[in-house]
Amino acid sequence: MKLSRRDFLKLSAASAALASAGCSAPREPIVPYAMQPEMTLPGVPRFYASAASFVGAAEGVLVESNTGRPTKVEGNAAHPGSLGATSVHGQASVLQLWDPERSQAPRRMRQPAAREQFESELNEALVRLEARRGAGLRVLTPTVVSPTLQSQLVELAARLPEARVHRWDPLNRDATHEGARLAFGRALEPIYRLEDSRAVLSLDCRFMEDEPGRLNYIRQYARSRSPKPQSMGRLYVLESAPSLAGAMADHCYAMPLAEIERWLLAFANAPAADRTMRAIADDLKKNRGLILAGEGLSPWAHALVYRLNHELGAPVALIDPIDPYPQPHAQSISDLAQAMHAGEVELLVIVEGNPGYDAPADLDFAAGLARVPLSVHLSLYDDETSARCTWHLPATHYLEHWSDARAFDGTAAIVQPLIAPLYGGVSPHEIVSLLLRRPQSGYESVRGRWKAIDWEAALRKGVVENTAFPPVKAALRTVALPTPKEPAAWSVRLVPDSSVLDGRFANNAWLQELPRPDTKITWGNAALISADSARQLEVESGDVLEINTHGATIHVPACVVPGHPEKSVTIALGYGRARAGRVGNGAGCDAYPLRLSDSLWSADATSIHKTGSRQALATTQNHARMEGRGHAKHIALADLIGQARAFEDETPEHSLYPAWPYDSYRWAMSINLNTCVGCNACTIACQAENNIPTVGKDEVIAGREMHWIRVDRYFEDRRTLFMPVPCMHCENAPCEYVCPVGAPVHDSEGLNLQVYNRCVGTRFCSQNCPYKVRRFNFLQYSKDDEPLKAQKNPEVTVRMRGVMEKCTYCLQRITRARIEADKENRRMRDGEVVTACQAACPAGAIVFGDLADEQSQVALAKRSPLKYDLLAELNTRPRTSYEGRVVNPNPELDNG
Amino acid sequence: MAELRGDIAAPLRRWSYASVSDKIADLVLTRPAHWPWLAGFAVTFAGSALFFGAIAYLFVKGVGIFGINIPVAWGFAIANFVWWIGIGHAGTFISAILLLLRQKWRTSINRFAEAMTLFAAGIAGLFPILHLGRPWFFYWLAPYPNVMELWPQWRSALVWDIFAISTYLIVSLLFWYAGLIPDLATLRDRATSRAKRVAYGLFALGWRGEARHWARHESLYLLLAGLATPLVVSVHSVVSLDFAICIVPGYHSTVFPPYFVAGALFSGFAMVLTLAIPMRHFFRLEDFITLRHLENSAKVLLACGWLVAYGYFIETFTAYYSGDPYEIAMVQDRLAGFYAPFYWFLLLCNVLAPQVFWWRRARRSVWLLFAMSIVVNLGMWTERAVIVIQSMHHDFMPSAWGNFIPTAWDWTLLLGSIAFFAFLFLLFLRFLPAISISEMRELVHEEKHA
Repeated sequence: MKLSRRDFLKLSAASAALASAGCSAPREPIVPYAMQPEMTLPGVPRFYASAASFVGAAEGVLVESNTGRPTKVEGNAAHPGSLGATSVHGQASVLQLWDPERSQAPRRMRQPAAREQFESELNEALVRLEARRGAGLRVLTPTVVSPTLQSQLVELAARLPEARVHRWDPLNRDATHEGARLAFGRALEPIYRLEDSRAVLSLDCRFMEDEPGRLNYIRQYARSRSPKPQSMGRLYVLESAPSLAGAMADHCYAMPLAEIERWLLAFANAPAADRTMRAIADDLKKNRGLILAGEGLSPWAHALVYRLNHELGAPVALIDPIDPYPQPHAQSISDLAQAMHAGEVELLVIVEGNPGYDAPADLDFAAGLARVPLSVHLSLYDDETSARCTWHLPATHYLEHWSDARAFDGTAAIVQPLIAPLYGGVSPHEIVSLLLRRPQSGYESVRGRWKAIDWEAALRKGVVENTAFPPVKAALRTVALPTPKEPAAWSVRLVPDSSVLDGRFANNAWLQELPRPDTKITWGNAALISADSARQLEVESGDVLEINTHGATIHVPACVVPGHPEKSVTIALGYGRARAGRVGNGAGCDAYPLRLSDSLWSADATSIHKTGSRQALATTQNHARMEGRGHAKHIALADLIGQARAFEDETPEHSLYPAWPYDSYRWAMSINLNTCVGCNACTIACQAENNIPTVGKDEVIAGREMHWIRVDRYFEDRRTLFMPVPCMHCENAPCEYVCPVGAPVHDSEGLNLQVYNRCVGTRFCSQNCPYKVRRFNFLQYSKDDEPLKAQKNPEVTVRMRGVMEKCTYCLQRITRARIEADKENRRMRDGEVVTACQAACPAGAIVFGDLADEQSQVALAKRSPLKYDLLAELNTRPRTSYEGRVVNPNPELDNG
Repeated sequence: MAELRGDIAAPLRRWSYASVSDKIADLVLTRPAHWPWLAGFAVTFAGSALFFGAIAYLFVKGVGIFGINIPVAWGFAIANFVWWIGIGHAGTFISAILLLLRQKWRTSINRFAEAMTLFAAGIAGLFPILHLGRPWFFYWLAPYPNVMELWPQWRSALVWDIFAISTYLIVSLLFWYAGLIPDLATLRDRATSRAKRVAYGLFALGWRGEARHWARHESLYLLLAGLATPLVVSVHSVVSLDFAICIVPGYHSTVFPPYFVAGALFSGFAMVLTLAIPMRHFFRLEDFITLRHLENSAKVLLACGWLVAYGYFIETFTAYYSGDPYEIAMVQDRLAGFYAPFYWFLLLCNVLAPQVFWWRRARRSVWLLFAMSIVVNLGMWTERAVIVIQSMHHDFMPSAWGNFIPTAWDWTLLLGSIAFFAFLFLLFLRFLPAISISEMRELVHEEKHA
């Protein structure tokens, strides 16, 4: 193209005009940023108390906010459902907030639509329904832990008496509450005081992972394990599926659910007949025994356990359920499905939950949904249910909305938002207020419910004082006990997944990549099977099984787990999702087709056989035996008594290297294997704190997961041993002397640090690390995606590809404490630096501090008779040490 | 001075000053490229293109395209590096050590063996860079003045490696070039085109064949030989320290330096045979590279085979003798674990197979020698890979155990490097005298007047 001088000038003028138009200020007057808003100092995080609910009760949280961005969740020590700890779900919930695949707009018949249109359509329907006192209106919610929402729903029922509110929570408490109905005539919730009992018998109760009081119970369990002959508790577990409690048990017996029920009957009727039962019964009697019953057991078994606990005088309180819904969830959703199929439902409002995916298979919920003229689904994701509803509304995340929630013991907490809704979502309170035809913000609803309290104090503390439910006195009735049915040839045990729960966290990469405690599988589920049963079916881990039940067939890869019950497979729910998002779609296999409304937690298999195809399981630990190396040490309580040291110190006396001179702090960590229950909270807390990327299923299979602290799991001596392994911060660190560029350095306080921008990626350090705790960015794992990057901790470098990384003992937290101490011109005090893993640990198993301070908690732990160093014989002189596990088997029983 | 044996000397008596010069120089200057060379050139050119394409992809994506992981963070790149460095040994050994030992028979094979050394060591030098997570910072391993006063970390064997390899490369290059100068002058004088005259003339550095030139050349050549000799031992000893200074069983071993040097000679001589046999066949050099030469190489192979066998034995013995459970477990894994087939394969190739050379007939069978040279090279590569990979995959913590499975990119870079090596060698054959003209003339002269 030829351009004359005149044309050139014309073009320049035009583009200059365009450019200046682009830069013009808005019409409204704007004000420059002259004064910093109070308390939004970059680099100074602020913490807000809130509460999050995952398994039917709230866990108190303190959420870290960096210049307005929620970045990290910590536990709230004042909250009974947290006691300062967090669950893996609590940690991962912040990633869910920033998930780019959260639903961002209302949709009508899957097409984006305006919210105004929804409201007018809803109002039109409501006007029609109000004339019929609400007949034809149904509301479906999961367990309602919010007292405000409860009263809103009560108000709705009062306003529209013919309308019905249903419940469906895949992780419901039906059996527990029905058992109480049998035993006491009303639904009640047991609150266990594990630490007051010295002999606990758990009948398939997954109290460390699925019970509403899980974090509290883990803490209590940990306290009960103090290795003193007078006070140490003993845990008996009968389990139908691998569980944390089973792994921690002093005596664990694996059997299918039906067998556990038969065992319980025999135990209740004639414990003297069997040696094991006799020994357990005696122990329970003598030591203020407590029996826990799992949700998988039948209501009559629960009723029987209530009676046995009563007879034992067990430390268990009964309270009203925190969600006082009068019906079992399975019954409630069956009624709804029936009504939908009968065409009686005109307007269905589904307030959270995903029944289109997780409703019992026999109800054919999806087909019923198709018959509802106007269905509305409020949820975080545009999921399986949304796709089948007329309307989908994006819900607010708990970090975006006002609400309230009760802990497992009834204690209420206010849920306060940390950030305005990212996508203009609707909260459950708001949608119910629309149904009440009195539109109200969530804040107004919640504030209205809590008029009488000191609002600010409740927000500040994270709990509303004196709201725990008082124990209920209830009289026992006699329960007719059935003759238990003969167990099926093969049974399938369905359990909530430790990561994705019922499937709601399927699109959460942190949770997907978190190794499941019992199998170390990531990115999916498997049919867990015992070694003997696997031999019988001629399968190995990774062989795909075809499982047929009455009416359903699924294909799922097998995973051989030592100590699994025979003639039974365990499959976690929550996988095989079709509309979870890019992360969760297609991960694992969907076990919901096996789940029927009259048998939520197990199914009888008509046949199980090998298909011949294979599916790689993405496990992070491929070898489960310790090969006699004694890395995770344990000792029986009886052998410990009178010993100054439980385990021989194998550290060589001399070292060729001169000792490092230290004149200041000497940071160290101690990990107590006696209380660690292997829940993985440390791993995911570290991931959240340290901007650790996820790598995806294929990379995990390739052996490239990035977790800085992993939880090793060994099967040894018929026990499951857990062992968290972070960097050991060796005094004689093998990584330091091999690096050609000196990227790993030993600092003046004994930290073994990795200088990321010096690292060229020779990986020599990892080759020479005997603990294999170093992690390498083989590819560009850290992504710069919007809005996920908003979650990143601003105090921690995001690493690029080709760089080695590893645990730093949360150097940024040490630095933060140092700045505070320096301002006051003093030393850092013990307990001022809390590492992310330590903060999250529900068992309090991790202690961190300064060895130079002889009174520090960590110095104390290092003087414990249980202390030992990992691979001490290599003379690496690690700063991280362990306290070995103490088991307390009953001398009357030989199975230890 | 060691006299030439009859079977090397006899064919030489058929040759004169002029005919030797004609024969060797014509290979470069006048002989047209025949189809075997052209075919080889096409194949290796394609392979080299693939090699550099793969390197480009590697630089874009990162080392994650390989099969490495934690615990096996070193894979083919390191095995290839050690293997190529080993191959790079034989050239200097033949040239320098045999020169100092006055082994005259070396004359006809030293030139191309040195070229082989250069190419192999150069390719070996590429691999540590390809192995890096951030290869664009490879120069941080070298000591260079910078404003931050950051230096390499001197306790790391990788830093010693940099020095060992670069020294070896420089000395090998100088030695090779010094030997080439009289031949370059010959080529200059015989060149038919001006371009060739200028090119060879530039590199001939004004050589006129004066007695003074010869005297200086002789002393320089001897001096360089003296310098290169310790390097033959040092370079692979230092490379072996990359492993030996580690605390990991399978790496941590005092036998490594001599064992690696023996292995290097082993693979180096095997590669000499792999190159010499086709070369003497296609260029009709049977009079210069005689059966006797091949037989001598076979004897070296036999001897080196026993040296590495001793290394294998002592590694296993020491593990059990130490009583260290980790060492014992590593050896048991080597013998019966996931990678055991490779270990038994390398024993077959490196220990069992060379035993055929006890038979004179085997040593003098050209086809068997060629096949055996390939077998030994395969075996030596497998040995390097087993040491690098198998030692790591089952170390101290069973929880961290894992397997390395090579990807297509691992294989591409290995095969691509072989192609590139062959490509360079083919170019060398066409552009430089593959056998030293001046030294051959000297030999012919000596034989004539013996």
